[in-house]
Amino acid sequence: MGKAGLRAVLLAMLLGLAGTLGALAQGQAPQLSQSTTDHSKLKELQREFTSGPEVTAACLSCHTEAATQVKHSIHWKWEFENPSTGQILGKSHVVNSFCGTVASNEPRCTSCHTGYGWTDMSEPPPSEASAVDCLVCHDTSGQYTKLDSAAGHPPLEARGKTITGADAWAVDLKEAAQSVGAPGRENCGSCHFYGGGGDNVKHGDLSSALFHPALDVDVHMSPEGGNFTCSTCHHSDKHIFAGSRYDVHAMDTEGTGKPGMIRTDVATCESCHGTAPHKTLSVTGMKLNDHVDRIACQTCHIPSFARGGIATKTRWDWSVAGRMGPDGKPMHEEEYVQGDGSALHTYLTTKGAFDWGENVVPHYAWFNGQVDYTLADREIDPTEVVEINRVEGSPQDGRSRIWPFKRMEGRQAYDAGLNRLVYSNVWGPTTDSAYWTNFDWAKAIEAGMAAAGAEYSGQFGFVDTHMYWPITHMVAPARDALDCRDCHAPQGRLAGIAGVYMPGSNPKSPGALIGMAVFLAMASGVMLHTVLRLITRGGKGGRHD
Amino acid sequence: MTDALAKPPAPFERGLTPCPDCAEREVLIYPRFERLWHWSQAGSIVILMFTGLAMNGWHSLIGFELAVRLHMIVALALLLLWVFATFWLVTTGNWKVFLPRVFGLIAVARYYAYGVFKGEHHPYQKSLAQRLNPLQTLAYSALKTVVFPLVWGTGLIYLTYNFWETLPNASFWLEVVANIHLAVAWIVSGFVILHIYLLTIGHSFRDGVRPMITGTEKVALTPEQEAYLERHETWRLID
Repeated sequence: MGKAGLRAVLLAMLLGLAGTLGALAQGQAPQLSQSTTDHSKLKELQREFTSGPEVTAACLSCHTEAATQVKHSIHWKWEFENPSTGQILGKSHVVNSFCGTVASNEPRCTSCHTGYGWTDMSEPPPSEASAVDCLVCHDTSGQYTKLDSAAGHPPLEARGKTITGADAWAVDLKEAAQSVGAPGRENCGSCHFYGGGGDNVKHGDLSSALFHPALDVDVHMSPEGGNFTCSTCHHSDKHIFAGSRYDVHAMDTEGTGKPGMIRTDVATCESCHGTAPHKTLSVTGMKLNDHVDRIACQTCHIPSFARGGIATKTRWDWSVAGRMGPDGKPMHEEEYVQGDGSALHTYLTTKGAFDWGENVVPHYAWFNGQVDYTLADREIDPTEVVEINRVEGSPQDGRSRIWPFKRMEGRQAYDAGLNRLVYSNVWGPTTDSAYWTNFDWAKAIEAGMAAAGAEYSGQFGFVDTHMYWPITHMVAPARDALDCRDCHAPQGRLAGIAGVYMPGSNPKSPGALIGMAVFLAMASGVMLHTVLRLITRGGKGGRHD
Repeated sequence: MTDALAKPPAPFERGLTPCPDCAEREVLIYPRFERLWHWSQAGSIVILMFTGLAMNGWHSLIGFELAVRLHMIVALALLLLWVFATFWLVTTGNWKVFLPRVFGLIAVARYYAYGVFKGEHHPYQKSLAQRLNPLQTLAYSALKTVVFPLVWGTGLIYLTYNFWETLPNASFWLEVVANIHLAVAWIVSGFVILHIYLLTIGHSFRDGVRPMITGTEKVALTPEQEAYLERHETWRLID
């Protein structure tokens, strides 16, 4: 027995040593590439490139169908036909409460187009296959970028600004081309984090804070958490990505599909987390799972947006633009300091006045995924706040849930004769119509309307607007999710949401008041009885014995 | 006890005419299960009141989540206890103790409304078969047939909302159910106050509570009852 035991110990030690040596040997072996192709070894890419389209042509010499695929995507077309409402949406059509519209401002706006040279919104994007920009999504060298006003072309010398507002540098197209890989968050973020003309201006839940977020900013994207890229959730098929703001999957009852699987055709929370995401064997978990048919995951798990030190624009008042400084020149005020310490514009002669917000509590509404846009051809009522995109949904339709939104407040130009929102020409350093150059609304609107081919009465005014942005990023760790009490309380977060009864939100409801009246009557009866007993000195009353 | 209940009670057994030849003896009236039931129910109701008040924001000594969890678990446990208690009441015949009766109701009511202030004796004499006075039977039977069923009935409907939420206007009906639940919960709370207060009348508070702890209480025994107990159930006679 003793001998056998000793032998076993020795054998275990030997095996242990061998295992350690094996592990060391493996650690020294060269890392295997994830991809089967090292693009730096491809002859087609071992040359100098003088433009973006030249690189694309080289890509397409192998990836023959890539450009065709991209050209079917919203990333390329900037157009989306809503299958439910038939509205033609997309960047090339909608009016927003930020810089308004793309038409007449093309080279500035299309700097973020996934292509090169789209300079006229009244035409489709350029038809050449090489006009697709492969690098903006696939560069992994980190030094590819696009100029902020060159219709999508990259800077080839250190002049101007990039799409993120940084000073431009000369992009090395060869290095970029040889580096290509799957899109990382830097690729998507360089456009999507800067929508509306600056960091987090537009969405509120998409900012540069997501490049390297702390765990409490985004549990999925944080390196301390899931370390996801955008496409971990936004799966793509033939260059078309899941998850559209124009047609939101507001309720997902399919869940993960087959047990243990994840669904890859949608970007919903449920496609990974399932339809009963909380612990099913605890009272609290069961109760929380009862919520998921009415409350979007985002409502509790994104307690506030614009977290991580980057503020979002919450109000934009165009009507006060044009005020010059004491020197008669365009001026700026920077009275908001955001979490990361940088000061933000609160007034610009070019753009008007802004409010900013961080850790913003969302606006909540029933949402079935559909959004009805007030396009430029719809008559508006200028005496009321115009809903630029009305969120649709109701507690009764069986497909709505209560969602969080960023509600952007705007005050923007409209056609006071026809009562319609207008296109305006804001960008154009060399034109005599662009507002940012000439500070003349009459000219800017006329030029914008002409570029869009829209009817214009010639009279304009300013109207208050609301625009809604569904909040779905910056999911917090579970410990930071909303507390029950945030909603289940009088004047809780969902106060004013119709069609849902929230226990605890009305402790003085009619029934409670009736019950309390009876209770008070009984309690006062007891008090009165006690007092009478004391006064009459009946004391404890007689005893039986 | 079942034997005693089998025949109609004599007038003195209704507790309001003096029993001529009765002896007052300390007898086991509340068996162990009944006492366990009473105190579990009392504890549960206190927890339900405390957690219910928490959920409605009357205090924040515990969080909403914990309050919901406790409220639900304790309510379900209490319902289970009631299933057992109902079974016990039916099989032992003890349910008859709670049958409301009119005889003597006025006298007891008059005592609480008037006599007690004059230092009068409580008009009701507890007997072996009828430990509850007519006012008590009326209160308990109302509690057991109307108030409690309303509170646990609405509670169950409330709790199972997710099974019927597809019905038309479910949200409205949930609000109705919640309102009834709250109203009745407040009435139960009123009953608790009254219940405790009445212990201070007639006996000392301690004397009032003691029988529900030890199970024994002084009741009037007829010579026949006394003889029966001496012969067959001596363990019920304490002194």
